Amino acid sequence: MTVVRDDPGAAGEAAGNVPTATIRFTINGARKIAEIEPRLLLADLIRGGTGLTGTHRGCDTTNCGACTVLVDGVPVKSCTMLAVQVDGRSVTTVEGLAGPSELHPLQEGFKAEHGLQCGFCTPGMMMAAKGLLDRNPDPTEEEVRWALSGNLCRCTGYQNIVKSVLWAARKLREADGSDGS
Amino acid sequence: MFPPRFAYQAPRSLEEAISLLGSSGDYAKVLAGGQSLVPMMKLRFASPDVIIDINNLPGLDYHRAGPDGSFHVGALARHADLEWSSLLGQTQPTMAAAAPLIADPLVRNRGTLVGSLCHADPQGDWAAVMIALKGQVVAQGPAGRRTIDMKDFVTGPFETALAHDEIAVEAVVPPAQGARKGGYLKLERRVGDFATCGAAVALETGPAGDVIKAGIALCGVGGATIDAVDAADALIGQPLGPAVIDTAASLAAGAANPGSDHRGSADYKRHMVHTFVTRLLTSPNAALDASMRTAA
Ligand SMILES: Cc1cc2nc3c(=O)[nH]c(=O)nc-3n(C[C@H](O)[C@H](O)[C@H](O)COP(=O)(O)OP(=O)(O)OC[C@H]3O[C@@H](n4cnc5c(N)ncnc54)[C@H](O)[C@@H]3O)c2cc1C
Ligand code: FES
Ligand code: FES
Repeated sequence: MTVVRDDPGAAGEAAGNVPTATIRFTINGARKIAEIEPRLLLADLIRGGTGLTGTHRGCDTTNCGACTVLVDGVPVKSCTMLAVQVDGRSVTTVEGLAGPSELHPLQEGFKAEHGLQCGFCTPGMMMAAKGLLDRNPDPTEEEVRWALSGNLCRCTGYQNIVKSVLWAARKLREADGSDGS
Repeated sequence: MFPPRFAYQAPRSLEEAISLLGSSGDYAKVLAGGQSLVPMMKLRFASPDVIIDINNLPGLDYHRAGPDGSFHVGALARHADLEWSSLLGQTQPTMAAAAPLIADPLVRNRGTLVGSLCHADPQGDWAAVMIALKGQVVAQGPAGRRTIDMKDFVTGPFETALAHDEIAVEAVVPPAQGARKGGYLKLERRVGDFATCGAAVALETGPAGDVIKAGIALCGVGGATIDAVDAADALIGQPLGPAVIDTAASLAAGAANPGSDHRGSADYKRHMVHTFVTRLLTSPNAALDASMRTAA
């Protein structure tokens, strides 16, 4: 005898049997609560959940760094971290760099030194660079190249990206000095 | 891409994590840095039913020297913690040379040494380093802790001696009996690629410069991490001169079992093993001096 039954899978999911988790986190300083499936990737929480599409999804295989964001200040590939893991943590994306009216020195630097062409890699480059400059405000060219070596660019040949980051480092140091602190 | 569904637990204590593993059935997985596990889940090479995230466990992000001169790396010490560690630079030349060469800076910010050992990828760099150092993994399960020698820890590609309810809590390098020397060299096509050929050398020398303990291990040149025991044994009791170095390098190249692939021919890879072992034995610690760790 052959018995064919309805697959409960879809119905079960509709009835709310999908595992979910509630997380609290901050993104660019704003506090958020999200109800998510644990398998949601951080990149998707950021792009789909909060609508901040400055974080790009390039390779989706942990190779290109276009999806780089800061989690508690540390640059990570958001396509390779689960969104539930930012519960209680703070996330900074490229949208969090600029102030209300002025660009961040990294953004100014990329403009001044022509650090982008198509711009796809740029948010990831900037966030990786932010991670570097927070740790090392006066990097050598070699140290900039080292810190960006997990971020791929298909357009620029990297020269101007490196110059942009060095430009930003100078500007940030000058700003620090002129504060008189 | 996104992973298949799983239940997620983020315990706050090691005991809780172990009991969750024990009660989670057949296919529960520990999540450490996630830099191997998450990509594998996205590609559906791994579909765990339950994920036990250990990132919230307190007190596992250390790396430190023990009172007896042993060296301990906790399960949540990231590759980057080791890359930027001055303690490592001063005391563990083989590890310090390898840390900056794992993956890329972003992966190093999340991935862990202990997770690499548990992942047991035959191409992983840390397994070669820990084999050369004759290291150990400390596992904790419901019955307590046990120490597993690195050479017994990996039981096959992506397989380890861990029981399903055990967590690897730390990796240990035993105390040195002599002066520690060594290094790690890796040939890679680009940053973030796995090794075309990787060679780890860990030596301890006596007051007269004679080798009293030696380990040489290779990755990328066979289906498993290769412990080049004969090559290392050839050094024991000898000062490091050109003849003995050439003997050891030839034995290491003979121990390699590379295949020809897009990364290079078998002959080329074997040749690179000879070159790397020669360089590492001729100027141990040189790789260390040349790396970027001073940048912190
Ligand atoms: C682009 C890219 C390039 C890479 N290049 C290299 C490279 O050049 N060399 C290299 O060696 N590696 C490389 N890796 C792998 C990287 O080093 C990983 O960090 C590492 O293999 C796994 O560590 P993890 O902490 O991320 O572990 P996870 O991904 O969290 O886990 C890996 C496996 O180990 C298990 N596990 C982890 N921790 C424990 C524990 N404490 N107890 C029990 N089980 C545990 C998990 O259940 C899982 O099965 C690369 C990865 C990427 C994405
Ligand atoms: S999209 Fe995350 S690394 Fe490429
Ligand atoms: S500017 Fe086009 S990828 Fe970098």
